[in-house]
Amino acid sequence: MTNHYIDFRNADVILNMGGNVAENHPVSFKWIQAARNKGAIFIHVDPRFTRTSTKADIFVRLRSGTDIAFLGGMIKYILDNKLYDEFYVKNYTNASFIVNPKYNFDDGLFSGYDPTKRAYDASVWVLEKDEKGIPKRDMTLQDPRCVFQLLKKHYSRYTLEKVTEITGTPAADLEKVYKAYGSTGTPDKAGTELYAMGWTQHTVGVQNIRAMSIIQALLGNMGIAGGGINALRGESNVQGSTDQGLLYHIWPGYLPTPQAHLATLADYNKTTPASKDPRSVNWWKNRPKYLASFLRSISGEKATKENDFGYSWMPKLDQGQDASWLNLFDEMYKGTFTGFFAWGMNPACSGANAGKVRQALTKLDWMVNVNVFDSETACFWKGPGMDSKKIKTEVFVLPCAASMEKEGSISNSGRWMQWRYKASNPPGESKPDGDIMYELFKKVRTLYGKEKGAFPEPILNLKWDYETNGHFDIHKVAKEINGYFLEDISEHPVDKKAYKKGTLVPNFVFLLDDGRTSCGNWLYSASYTEAGNMAARRKKTDPTGLGLYPEWSWVWPLNRRIIYNRASVDLEGNPRNPKRPLLKWDAAGKKWIGDVPDNAVPPMGTHGVYPFIMKPDGVASIFGPGLKDGPFPEHYEPLECPIEKNLMSSQRINPVIKIFEGGLDTFKTCDPRYPFVCSTYRVTEHWQTGVLTRWLPWLIEAEPQMFCEMSLELAKLKGIKNGDRVLVETSRGKVEAVAIVTSRLKPFQIAGNTVHQIGIPWHYGWLHPKDGGDSANLLTPTIGDPNTMIPESKAFMANVTKLTKKPAQKG
Amino acid sequence: MAEGKSYFIDTTKCIACRGCQIACKQWNQRATEKTINRGSHQNPPDLSNNTWKLVRFSEVAGENVKWYFFPDQCRHCISPPCKEVADGKAKGAITQDEKTGAVVFNSKVKMKPADFKEIREACPYDIPRFLPSTGIMAKCTMCFDRIKEGMLPACVKTCPTGAMSFGDRKDMLEKANKRLAEVKKVYKDATLANPDDVRTIYLLVDDPKKYHKFAVAENTIGITRKMALKRLFQPLTSLRHMIG
Repeated sequence: MTNHYIDFRNADVILNMGGNVAENHPVSFKWIQAARNKGAIFIHVDPRFTRTSTKADIFVRLRSGTDIAFLGGMIKYILDNKLYDEFYVKNYTNASFIVNPKYNFDDGLFSGYDPTKRAYDASVWVLEKDEKGIPKRDMTLQDPRCVFQLLKKHYSRYTLEKVTEITGTPAADLEKVYKAYGSTGTPDKAGTELYAMGWTQHTVGVQNIRAMSIIQALLGNMGIAGGGINALRGESNVQGSTDQGLLYHIWPGYLPTPQAHLATLADYNKTTPASKDPRSVNWWKNRPKYLASFLRSISGEKATKENDFGYSWMPKLDQGQDASWLNLFDEMYKGTFTGFFAWGMNPACSGANAGKVRQALTKLDWMVNVNVFDSETACFWKGPGMDSKKIKTEVFVLPCAASMEKEGSISNSGRWMQWRYKASNPPGESKPDGDIMYELFKKVRTLYGKEKGAFPEPILNLKWDYETNGHFDIHKVAKEINGYFLEDISEHPVDKKAYKKGTLVPNFVFLLDDGRTSCGNWLYSASYTEAGNMAARRKKTDPTGLGLYPEWSWVWPLNRRIIYNRASVDLEGNPRNPKRPLLKWDAAGKKWIGDVPDNAVPPMGTHGVYPFIMKPDGVASIFGPGLKDGPFPEHYEPLECPIEKNLMSSQRINPVIKIFEGGLDTFKTCDPRYPFVCSTYRVTEHWQTGVLTRWLPWLIEAEPQMFCEMSLELAKLKGIKNGDRVLVETSRGKVEAVAIVTSRLKPFQIAGNTVHQIGIPWHYGWLHPKDGGDSANLLTPTIGDPNTMIPESKAFMANVTKLTKKPAQKG
Repeated sequence: MAEGKSYFIDTTKCIACRGCQIACKQWNQRATEKTINRGSHQNPPDLSNNTWKLVRFSEVAGENVKWYFFPDQCRHCISPPCKEVADGKAKGAITQDEKTGAVVFNSKVKMKPADFKEIREACPYDIPRFLPSTGIMAKCTMCFDRIKEGMLPACVKTCPTGAMSFGDRKDMLEKANKRLAEVKKVYKDATLANPDDVRTIYLLVDDPKKYHKFAVAENTIGITRKMALKRLFQPLTSLRHMIG
């Protein structure tokens, strides 16, 4: 999130689209309720009427997979009705920037498309720069080649009529939402958007969020209290996991994982984002300091200037390699690798096209499964359709501690790093994950010492001293993440002060690129300093009254609670909304009052620095040339969709998505055998694959079985009554479920055709309970967003039929 | 009437998260029941010997669908009809705490099934439940053990949205009436359910029957037709008890 949970209560209008906040983040609803108590409007846009919808002031429906059409219509409405914040748009976004003449868009394709490669040459999308390297602008926003005019042109096609045709949302409903949300374009009003997998799990997932970012930039809602783009993350520490670089494409602190052709440190640092504009801070220019410090944390004493701080010992990607989930399991299925750690996950139920995942597991020589309970992954070899006699995989099951049985931090959606204490000892032989990793690696290293191995340096040189009295010490890890001075520094370049070797750095501003500092994750630097464990703070003071609580836990970066907050003030540093003064420049004291400023420089004025300091140009991107599928979001249909043609252009699907073809990767579109749009979702009572919740009796009691929600109209069509057992199938698999026939789902009118939609939760698995049902992911397709490869679990085509036989007993 | 404790349950804030239902189970360590999905998210399907707090889901079909949530529990009546009947069956089976007004089933007093049937039918809200093998009755205790120590009932403590409140009756009535006035601006048919007769006061925005068959009492509190008839003959029975 750019903002945080408590900040929701500062909003005048809250839009929950691409998510179901009351059901999946019930505790956060407290803050939404607080906003409603003050008169805020709560809007819920969803294909279904859910528990969230019951609390909405405005509820409207849309067909799964049509969010860009919906949001494109909102962009047009905001522009046509001049609801945008003109000052903000001109000064804090790239709306005035001139786009080079090679950029064009025609009939669903941006310029630079190579159909044989299914990829764009993004160099044709660049912004024009003058001879000094500074972006050319037209501050009147009239130049036909400026971003603002190109934006207008692009979304002129998203008329109410066209959007209604595509989404199935009645025009009156569209206008209701557009008007209410568009009302936050004035400086005294704040609009916030809450989304989750409903937006991300599509082949246009990233562009969905881009569309909303454009809306927030137009309305001046970024960097203010009650505004922002707010992802409701699906796991209590998934924010922490991406921050710490658990995904293949990033190192801790979002440093990009190098590809092999970047063979030296100098090569890598050549790719550091650059800007010639003196008014753009371009904070990423500091990346070499963070990289050098990270490498020193990895290899400790062994990392020296002479050996590029051990850069050559770090694993790299092949050029162009994408090792994300769908590709990874595809390679596993092909037998490319034979060992697998399934750590705190249940891929047999969580992976898209789970049937393929389960088959892939049979190809392994060995698997280590670390979890709190038994799972369909650990037991894949005795699952439905498996003949264990034919499976050679050796499975090791390591029981691990649950969250209250270990100490450490959790970083929530709002970037709040909250320290947790251990409440009780784990049972039996279970250990915390940290202890398992620590001891496992020690043993691996001992073996490398004895037997050498193919490339021993990275293993033998890894700094691995995070123990106290022979036991793993998580505080040592937390401190390493913060970073240390590795030598005495008599006069630090930043503040001219002296710092002693072995002391913790105050924050990332003090990190150096010459190897004199270490830091496991620059973003988290300042979280554990000489003053103590900042994440463990629990003071309830709130000086601004805006719910920032600056001394409760610690927030990255630098304990800044709302990112880009200098966009909340005018050029002189005065809050544009005096009723919610997030920041205010104190000219006498030469400092900012309120939140931690982003960043600590004087007000922008006419020559000062722009507020979006992480962007190379220092301003919010309305035109976004850095994505694989285009600088403006464009509506494409999901891979499997109910209509033959995309009503917006001749490009039916996202032109740059990777198509997996053949074998188990089937997909069917406009196939009469799979006539209904199917979506997957969650309920309050269960979590993820149910790998933890299905073993808890009070939760299973409340929500015992796989169900399929459908409209009264569809049920009538298929002769299904409420409570009947049904079979839901796609070309990839089938699951049994109980039908919930409800008027909370209704058919859509799409371009004159009736399109039915059904929905299923993905919380169940064959292992337990025996009559619970199996995973929804047996149905989902192997297809993902081109930028992130997140699977399109929210819109695919299925059939549902009544089952007349009794369900077979499982296992 | 103004004394003792009360709950105020604002259904306009309830998101049916089931936190209250499960908190009750956990605090009171009630066993789970084997459930199946019968085409509804409501599970277990009804209150029982083991389920004392139940979120009821009620869908009202239509162009603009409505979905009402009713976190059902004992009303802890001011003049509990269950107690009136039980007093004539087994001494001390049901007590009403003087200080808080909590109506508590004594888990050590056995009840005959036929007598229990009468007690259950006396309740306008169909709350009392029973385990025939032990003869013990069960229902919400107002978390008597918690409130004695100045803590909130488990369900109230857990509720994330503020739908559930608990406190001195005077304060809860004030809160309920204030909220009713606010809500009536949007929902003309909003009411409080039997606020003068019960300590668990629900705020509803529509016809109570759309929430739950027993959301409000059908007749004057506690006097069902059966009971009214019984009352004619009761003096002899209570006299016998008084004599001992």
